[in-house]
Amino acid sequence: MKVTIDGQTIEVPEGTTILQAARMLGPEVAPPTMCYYSKLETSGGYCRTCIVKVTKGSEKDPRPMPKPVASCRTMVMDGMEVQNNTSQDVLDARKGVVEFLLANHPLDCPVCDQAGECHLQDLSFEHGAEGTRFEFERRTFKKIDLGPYIQLHMTRCILCYRCVKVADQLTPHRYHGVMNRGDVSEISTYIEHAIDNEFSGNVIDVCPVGALTDKTFRFKSRVWFTKPMDAHRDCPTCSGRVTLWYKGDDVLRVTGRKDAFGEVDEFICNTCRFETKKTSDWVIDGPKVVDHKSVISANHYLGNNQVPSFAFEVTKDYKQVNDLPVQPGSTVNQLDK
Amino acid sequence: MGRKLLLANDHVPGIQSYAVYREKGGYASVEKALKTMTPEAVVEEVKKSGLRGRGGAGFPTGMKWSFLAKPEGVPRYLVCNADESEPGTFKDRYLMSRIPHYLIEGMITSSYALGANTSYIYVRGEYYYVIAILEKAIKEAYAAGWLGKNILGTGYDLDLYVQPGGGAYICGEETALLESLEGKRGNPRIKPPFPAIKGLYGCPTVVNNVETIAAVVPIVNEGGDEYAKIGIGRSTGTKLISASGHINKPGVYEIDLGVPVEEFIYSDQYCGGILNNKKLKAVVAGGSSVPILPANLILKTANGEDRLMTYESLSDGGFATGSMLGSGGFIVMDETTSIVKNLWNFARFYHHESCGQCSPCREGTGWMEKVLHKIVHGHGEMKDIDLLWDLQRRIEGNTICPLGDAAAWPVASAIRHFRHEFEEFVREGHSVKDVKHYFETNNISS
Repeated sequence: MKVTIDGQTIEVPEGTTILQAARMLGPEVAPPTMCYYSKLETSGGYCRTCIVKVTKGSEKDPRPMPKPVASCRTMVMDGMEVQNNTSQDVLDARKGVVEFLLANHPLDCPVCDQAGECHLQDLSFEHGAEGTRFEFERRTFKKIDLGPYIQLHMTRCILCYRCVKVADQLTPHRYHGVMNRGDVSEISTYIEHAIDNEFSGNVIDVCPVGALTDKTFRFKSRVWFTKPMDAHRDCPTCSGRVTLWYKGDDVLRVTGRKDAFGEVDEFICNTCRFETKKTSDWVIDGPKVVDHKSVISANHYLGNNQVPSFAFEVTKDYKQVNDLPVQPGSTVNQLDK
Repeated sequence: MGRKLLLANDHVPGIQSYAVYREKGGYASVEKALKTMTPEAVVEEVKKSGLRGRGGAGFPTGMKWSFLAKPEGVPRYLVCNADESEPGTFKDRYLMSRIPHYLIEGMITSSYALGANTSYIYVRGEYYYVIAILEKAIKEAYAAGWLGKNILGTGYDLDLYVQPGGGAYICGEETALLESLEGKRGNPRIKPPFPAIKGLYGCPTVVNNVETIAAVVPIVNEGGDEYAKIGIGRSTGTKLISASGHINKPGVYEIDLGVPVEEFIYSDQYCGGILNNKKLKAVVAGGSSVPILPANLILKTANGEDRLMTYESLSDGGFATGSMLGSGGFIVMDETTSIVKNLWNFARFYHHESCGQCSPCREGTGWMEKVLHKIVHGHGEMKDIDLLWDLQRRIEGNTICPLGDAAAWPVASAIRHFRHEFEEFVREGHSVKDVKHYFETNNISS
């Protein structure tokens, strides 16, 4: 099936969503997501940040769709044409969604542990307005301790339902859910029951904001002062493939390995996450690749970051480009060799 | 007055009981359908009748029925949406409490047409006494052999259940209703898949309004073509209108679609004119969600034609100068009504009823209510009116279910047609600051 997103065409298998197709094209084309999580079934559709405009339904039925659609829950049709960043309507609607998401958000980034790796922060930076028009009291909740390791701070929650789905899909029973409705909905404290589970810590990784935080890491350090390293260990419960976040020689926290879209590759167990915090417990795989736009200061230029083209601009005065040991498109790692 | 189909016998004493209902020709459609027609023939009659969904959206019922997937070995369900919660709409309650057997008859005939062997009537929790009436009627129908195994010896089985809802407006949205019926939190599902493919318990399901299902009875009795003769154009048949507000004779009226709005408001057959001979100010024609129209636009379209009570005529002019027939909740407001105060009331309702699943509706409805609260209580600023406009624009069309639209449309239309009133509230903020006093002196309950 062929789909064109922002003028770029890609061939995808049937049953692909618009969002997945856009992600295949790359992070620049992909709409931002707050609630969709590819590893969780039935996630997505709630936050509306990934809305796109379908200007051509399909080859068979070329009519455009009347309303903007949530790209995470809309399947691609053959010949579909989609506008994301190229449509002013979409950008405007997205700006509206960001405004709604921030309306009751406390904006306490300076004291929030998620700051620096918060999806809502990134989203507001890219799509938000400069100020707020919300001039009323914001809703607040009391902090809740979900067992010894996790703290729930509902005030920051944007109700993406990801943690609900984690507890639903990684634990054997349906213990929890959302209580109340409308803008006073909250993640139910019944989630505390899910705490008994070995995989409960994953709710922290999937939380796009600072509503669910790691109590073993709270207020230890800003994330941009830590250095992430990929590591693994032989774990009887999970894959044991994690990212360690160092400050000096200390492992401050352990998380799952996240990809370019902020999603973990594999869910990890609580033992790995909370109780295995010595370097000697782990086999280090190497520094984690951090996107060069991230505020996390370490490892910006690792891995597949391509040699910036200006490098060739500088050198071409001296030498023919063909004589260089590396070519445009080669990676920094190759340059080292 | 046109002829009555649904409410022909609503004043017959004892019509609630099976004996009287049967005596008046009740259950004839079941006999006719089960004994002389195939299920496909019933669907065909409904298609011919041009019947459109009476719950608000006005989707052709015959088409909806023909979309129903029919995989082998999978049960199909018919669910009656009796979660009538739209402010200003009370026709289903009237029908169910007056002539409960009419709905049951419609349910049997429709279930037969769809091949459903289990059907549900989902009634909103606040209608607890209606639930009791329906339960009693269903018991009578079972006893008389209209429900259960092998109905009329035709080999067709049907079980009918009444399910009380928890009292949430959102459960009137068909997928939220199905979630609630399954015992889950009443959150609307993301479509597709539509209920016709994957509905109740993952099986193909049709969800129809009470009035729609009831209308199947005269369609089967008299034939789809006969039914289609009533009404104008694509608006066929009769419609129950719940008339309320500043009129002399509020109540439920059965009208032939096509009655002029002016006649409906002023004729003694229907609303009987405006209360206390005041002037008409505005009308909400189809339940609180549809755009409000000022007097000049509700009586005549923008082209100067008479506005008729039909799906097409009421929506003539789009949302700029038109509205919708919706569920038929006809709310009339006279010249003493404050549009802003009324809108605040609607906004409070939508804020309270938003399910909180998707962000524009969850945050937007509350925000709009707060801004309106501010304006109504005399603290508004001119920029708040523009803010309201912006908020509704960003909610509309960006939500999972139509509740977002339903919350946005009243705000949009009120600002579109009555902006001067908002400005007045803002300008004269101080004079209305003592809101309690203001509401009392103007006879508005707060």
